[in-house]
Amino acid sequence: MRTVSLEQTTHPVLIFWIIAGWVGYCILPWYGVEGFWSFEWLVDGWPLDDDYAPAAVLVGVGQKLWLAPMLLALAAPLLVLGRRKTDPLYAQVLIAAGGFGFAWLVAQGLGIGLRGFTAEWLTTLFGTLDDRQFGMGYGAMVTASAFLFLFTHGIAARGAINGDVFVTSAIGGVIAVVTIFVFFPITKMLLAAFATDDGGYSVLGFFPKFFDDRIWGLDCLSGGRCGVAWNSLLLAVLVGVLTTLLGLAFALVLTRSGFRYKRLLRALTVLPIITPPFVIGLAIILLFGLSGTVTTSLAAMFGVEATRWIYGLPGILIAQLLAFTPIAFLVLIGVVEGVSPSMEEAAQTLRANRWQTFRTVSWPLMRPGLANAFLLGFIESMADFGNPLVLGGNFDVLSTEIFFAIVGAQYDQSRAAILAVVLLGFTLGAFYLQRFWLGRKSYTTVTGKGDAGVHPPMPNGLAYPVYAVVALWSAFTLVVYGMILYGSVVQLWGVDDTLTFKHYLTAFRIDWTEDGLRWTGSAWDSFWTTMTIATLAAPLTAAIGLITAYLLTRQTFAGKRAFEFGTMLSFAIPGTVIGVAYILAFNVPPIEITGTGLILVISFIFRNMPVGVRAGIASMSQLDKSLDESSLTLGANSWQTFRAVILPLLRPAILAALVYSFVRAMTAISAVIFLVSARYDMSTSYIIGRVENNDYGLAIAYSTALIFVMLAAVGLLQLLVGRTRIGRRTSHGEIH
Amino acid sequence: MTGINAKAASVRFENVSKVYGTKVTAVDNISLEVRAGTLVTLLGPSGCGKTTTLRMIAGLEMATRGRIFIGEKDVTKLPATDRDVSMVFQSYALFPHMTVMENVSYGLKFSGFDKAETKDKALAGLGLVGLTGYGDRLPSELSGGQQQRVAVARALVLEPQVLLFDEPLSNLDAKLRRQVREEIREIQQNLGLTVVYVTHDQEEALAVSDEIVVMRNAAIAQKGTPRELYEAPADAFVADFIGEANLIPVDIVALDGDTATVRIADYTHRLPSRGLPQGPAKLAVRPSRMRLVAGVGDGVPAVIDKATYVGSRMEYTVTAAFGTVFAVLDDVTTPFRIGDAVTISFAASGPVLIPASQPS
Repeated sequence: MRTVSLEQTTHPVLIFWIIAGWVGYCILPWYGVEGFWSFEWLVDGWPLDDDYAPAAVLVGVGQKLWLAPMLLALAAPLLVLGRRKTDPLYAQVLIAAGGFGFAWLVAQGLGIGLRGFTAEWLTTLFGTLDDRQFGMGYGAMVTASAFLFLFTHGIAARGAINGDVFVTSAIGGVIAVVTIFVFFPITKMLLAAFATDDGGYSVLGFFPKFFDDRIWGLDCLSGGRCGVAWNSLLLAVLVGVLTTLLGLAFALVLTRSGFRYKRLLRALTVLPIITPPFVIGLAIILLFGLSGTVTTSLAAMFGVEATRWIYGLPGILIAQLLAFTPIAFLVLIGVVEGVSPSMEEAAQTLRANRWQTFRTVSWPLMRPGLANAFLLGFIESMADFGNPLVLGGNFDVLSTEIFFAIVGAQYDQSRAAILAVVLLGFTLGAFYLQRFWLGRKSYTTVTGKGDAGVHPPMPNGLAYPVYAVVALWSAFTLVVYGMILYGSVVQLWGVDDTLTFKHYLTAFRIDWTEDGLRWTGSAWDSFWTTMTIATLAAPLTAAIGLITAYLLTRQTFAGKRAFEFGTMLSFAIPGTVIGVAYILAFNVPPIEITGTGLILVISFIFRNMPVGVRAGIASMSQLDKSLDESSLTLGANSWQTFRAVILPLLRPAILAALVYSFVRAMTAISAVIFLVSARYDMSTSYIIGRVENNDYGLAIAYSTALIFVMLAAVGLLQLLVGRTRIGRRTSHGEIH
Repeated sequence: MTGINAKAASVRFENVSKVYGTKVTAVDNISLEVRAGTLVTLLGPSGCGKTTTLRMIAGLEMATRGRIFIGEKDVTKLPATDRDVSMVFQSYALFPHMTVMENVSYGLKFSGFDKAETKDKALAGLGLVGLTGYGDRLPSELSGGQQQRVAVARALVLEPQVLLFDEPLSNLDAKLRRQVREEIREIQQNLGLTVVYVTHDQEEALAVSDEIVVMRNAAIAQKGTPRELYEAPADAFVADFIGEANLIPVDIVALDGDTATVRIADYTHRLPSRGLPQGPAKLAVRPSRMRLVAGVGDGVPAVIDKATYVGSRMEYTVTAAFGTVFAVLDDVTTPFRIGDAVTISFAASGPVLIPASQPS
């Protein structure tokens, strides 16, 4: 009964991709079409109209003849349809056709742009080209995918990864998308940093701009203003150190104390994660701003002039501490729990007292984790955009500087690119340190074996200060969130304290008219866009993240380390840098998607993918590899194994990836602010716009609504994904 | 009701090697044949390459060199999915999120059976291992022995050409181990399955196998029936690994046809020469084949060093001029005491000659 696919002549998936290639080439519009999904193009002159024509028609009527060679690559695979997989010709033809087709498609896309050839040497070689082409559309995309997967079929047939088509295709797919949407834009941006005003590239022009005093100046030591790079660095180091200490304090209270309301404390530390980053900045303004509660009452009490002291380093620092301490906490709770209790118990039986145990065993074992938390805080602070924008005052940091270089009056792409390079240098440096210096020094001692011990409580000398810090910080967090809630229902902060729902009404008004429901609130547009885009991005992020995690944990292939590094890299790329890079790369053909919703979805996928990868890796390494192997020996192929065995057991990781990418898509601002357009405005950028117009009430009301929406969404996702019933024995000895 | 039938096929290795990276050779140029319908055990200490060999049959590892045949078909390049082989894992690898029934039906789903057939086969499989009625349980709701049987049923229902067992009993307690291995053997013989079985437990191997392949350092040390291996080990390694053996240095002083005369100190003993030349050799003697008599007699004089009473028999450590040996005697009523002078001799059958130095 069992069919052995060696005997099978053609893989059905191969047939699918061959057909897809032809559909992309002969039916779908080759170039980008606005409003593709409305399908108006179908009745609007397709297939002959130039704008909507598929490649086959264009070539047929003698236009865009450079698209013609791809026909060869589409036709060649038809030859192997009848052949066996083991036939060497099968693999050779597919590799040649897929490889050539893909390479040609990329080359013509990069080589021919809006004004004919894009490079000088192409013109010298082939003469001037009178034709031009726009950004690629769905036709090109489908055909390109078909070429890519024909190629991976060929590679698999040659025996790579045991001839596994699913795995080779997954690797090929991930490499392709990461290259296109991470490496390509970053490269474009690096090139832009070397660009001169007249459109050429110059290394000599780069250095004076790079070493500009506005970036690296040290005037603040002598009373002036320092360069933005130093500002960012100072801020990031402070944030890194302080978030690590605060996070550690929380982690210690949770694991090494008899504190009873641990769940509450955990909830409190998780709250900032579902908060748009700049909202905390807003609350800080409500508290400490010129007309802030604390400022005015202190001013009244001591009779001093209220100042704007909060704007600048102190404000950003406080806001970022509030925002990023939970991240440090989440890293450190793992580390602090990971120190095996039996080690601490061993130390105690060796006559160390609690303080000595902590100092000589627990603390040294936690040290690598602390460094890890520091670097994460450092990277997050460097990348943060919202808080410096709201609270920065005269304290410029790299991320905001980049923004003003692009959108401000200066509109200096090259300066933005150079600042982005500096920022990227800092974060990549930290990322590199984290991976290659700390990656090998983890002392986490959790093994598969049950560890019956319990962590000893903290020594008293440590416990009291830690309790004090945690209590103060918790109270402060509560006040800040109270402010957010309260601020959203106050008429005009600091001036008119009457309570009102006015802001919510302005934002979220719904009118019932004869035409039916009308969403008349000013926030609805951006709200629904955000929801749609977050809903689209979350499952895609989770999917690509988990597939990557599967490849990294379960498969071995050449270049795996580079593959891993590449996929985790986008974690270290600040959103502002991604934003700038995307604008530079995707504003022109071959991929012209700025101003669309697509670019937002894509930017979220690649910004948040590393988290999906990490969640996936963490839970996949908990699954014994013999589960996969037994599924394989039972006749399931690797895709069936992935779907039937691994995915169901990964539900917690899927949930984590979905929740995280959804929340991040709702709260992100740094990359978004470059990529939004009038048509696709996101909540966060809308709110920032309100803040800039000093419309704090509306901004805070909207933010509060977002927080509640996210809480609801997280709960809903939890229900949808559900729990995998693995079952645990409840009592022993009942079944034998 | 649909039964479970066997489509047993042979397995053949032709000069197969497996090299990890460039340096680590896990399996070095192995050739072997498993006849259809037999149970062959791969036996050896940990790290000897037996599990790698098994995984190469399954298709979970690919041979670096050489060819592997199942039946008459060359499967060297085929991945696990496409081989008609199923495997019972040491950890059982039951899918924790599926019921027993779903676990057993899992492979059938991918083999082109319709729903009714799948169900019948799965039920038949569960019946075969004595778990009828357990279909709705989750693996975690079963005892270790039951989980093991589910794993066997899951592999059996596919009617594989070859069934593989990777140390299937190592997670069971001693009593259960004997029972389950007898069940496995019984099913194998009733259905006429080809089974390749990996273990490091020599007693288990002797009990279940038609043939045993002893492996050492990535190569085959010896293969043969349990009796052949036990009674005629090729070298000291096999002699010692399969049941304990005392290895006593001897001199072959005369050869008469197939019979050798060996000298140990002043004592001579005659036994089959097994093709060994004159000169130094080793005599492998099972502890139970040692004869001890009190006082001085025909044999090698020795002194009792340790005497241990273990209920059904006595165990002695005895020191003679050539070294220390271990002996087991059935006489528990009048045991020797520590310090007693005894004379060692050997049972007429049992002791075998093996080469003096280990082949490397």
